[in-house]
Amino acid sequence: MNTQDNFILDTIDPEIGERIDQGRRNLFARYAAPSVLLASAPLVLAAASTEAFGASLPKDVVDVLNFALTLEYLEAAFYKAGNTASGLIPKEYRALFRTIGAHETAHVLLLKGALGSAAVKAPKVDFTAGGKYADVFTNFETFATLSATFEDLGVAAYKGQAGNLLGTPVLTTALQIHSVEARHAAAVRPIIGKPSSDTAFDKPRTKKQVLAAATPFLS
Amino acid sequence: MSDLAPSRRHVLKWTGVAASLAIAGSVLPNFGISAALAADLGAGDIGVLNYAYALEQLEAAFYTQAVKTPYEGIKKSELAKLKVIRDHEIAHRDFLKKALGKKAIPGLEVDFSAIDFTSRASVLGTADVFENLGVAAYNGAGKLIENVDYLAVAGSIVSVEARHASTIALLLHGFGKEAAGGKNVDFKGLDGALPPSKVLPAAAPFIKTPVTADSLV
Repeated sequence: MNTQDNFILDTIDPEIGERIDQGRRNLFARYAAPSVLLASAPLVLAAASTEAFGASLPKDVVDVLNFALTLEYLEAAFYKAGNTASGLIPKEYRALFRTIGAHETAHVLLLKGALGSAAVKAPKVDFTAGGKYADVFTNFETFATLSATFEDLGVAAYKGQAGNLLGTPVLTTALQIHSVEARHAAAVRPIIGKPSSDTAFDKPRTKKQVLAAATPFLS
Repeated sequence: MSDLAPSRRHVLKWTGVAASLAIAGSVLPNFGISAALAADLGAGDIGVLNYAYALEQLEAAFYTQAVKTPYEGIKKSELAKLKVIRDHEIAHRDFLKKALGKKAIPGLEVDFSAIDFTSRASVLGTADVFENLGVAAYNGAGKLIENVDYLAVAGSIVSVEARHASTIALLLHGFGKEAAGGKNVDFKGLDGALPPSKVLPAAAPFIKTPVTADSLV
């Protein structure tokens, strides 16, 4: 068993009954106040129909969704530029990257719709990261490498935030985006000679870690 | 769909029959005669973890067989990929078993008679069904989880299942839209999310041991 598995194992012990009781108490304490709000029918409906409900959500949930939206803006802009860069993507990969790009654009629309007036604006981006990846839209290998990086980052980012959405009506939607990012990562990684997955258990990343990785691309 | 082997259609047909039965009975399926032999998943987080454990048992058994008796004309690179997935599913299964301890359901007896393990299309078609079912199952079960630690565990597994789904899609279709999710992702860019009441009937034809989930919402 490697270190990562041990990390995950640390979260569970044989005293499972006790842990569950503990978990329930924690959950109740954490969500006692907002859960009244969250359980209300209009909010649940709003989440389902992705109408604006940002103003009614607890601030920490809005923060999570805006964090996700920022990453989706980044990804959507990346594929928009890549998919329209003449001669960049070899023919055999075009359908794949067009599909990925369409998903990221859909995620932006979904999150923007859900957040309504609470949605952050699209960040200014620099996919060369200050010149480090100057050939990002002329060299397919650079493009595919950054694509895999962004997708893996997205997977780890959503995973790291899932706990903050426990007991909220947006958890399922976030999970449904999370696994799509994983599909993307697994589809792109082999293009640059990487296995689709590194281990049996994918690791989460904290918001701080994700932002540190994304910041070079935000100008 | 037209290029899929008869066994894939068979799988889907079985799934449909099982689902109809479940809906007709308005309960989760109990295909067993004797309740004493049934595996009940239990309630709450235990129920969700046992649910995941049941699905991982199914996947682990499937890939173990697929690697043990490789389909005709399998490429070295394909066998290598199936071995990686097998090892992941075994790791998931064993992890969940350990986490559940004494509350774990017994080892399930599987029924793969509908799968032709000599056929590439049958094996990869079934793998495609299992992986996408797994992704939708974990996504749908997230909201049933109460302990944040267990949500983290489920999250660490589900994205690997999604990666597997892509690997299988790459083997079946190459670098096309399918590898990014294809028809499993809707126009909103969302993956599937299914409740246990939809997932268990789909898995039931492949599991001999009766599995009941009366307490799992």
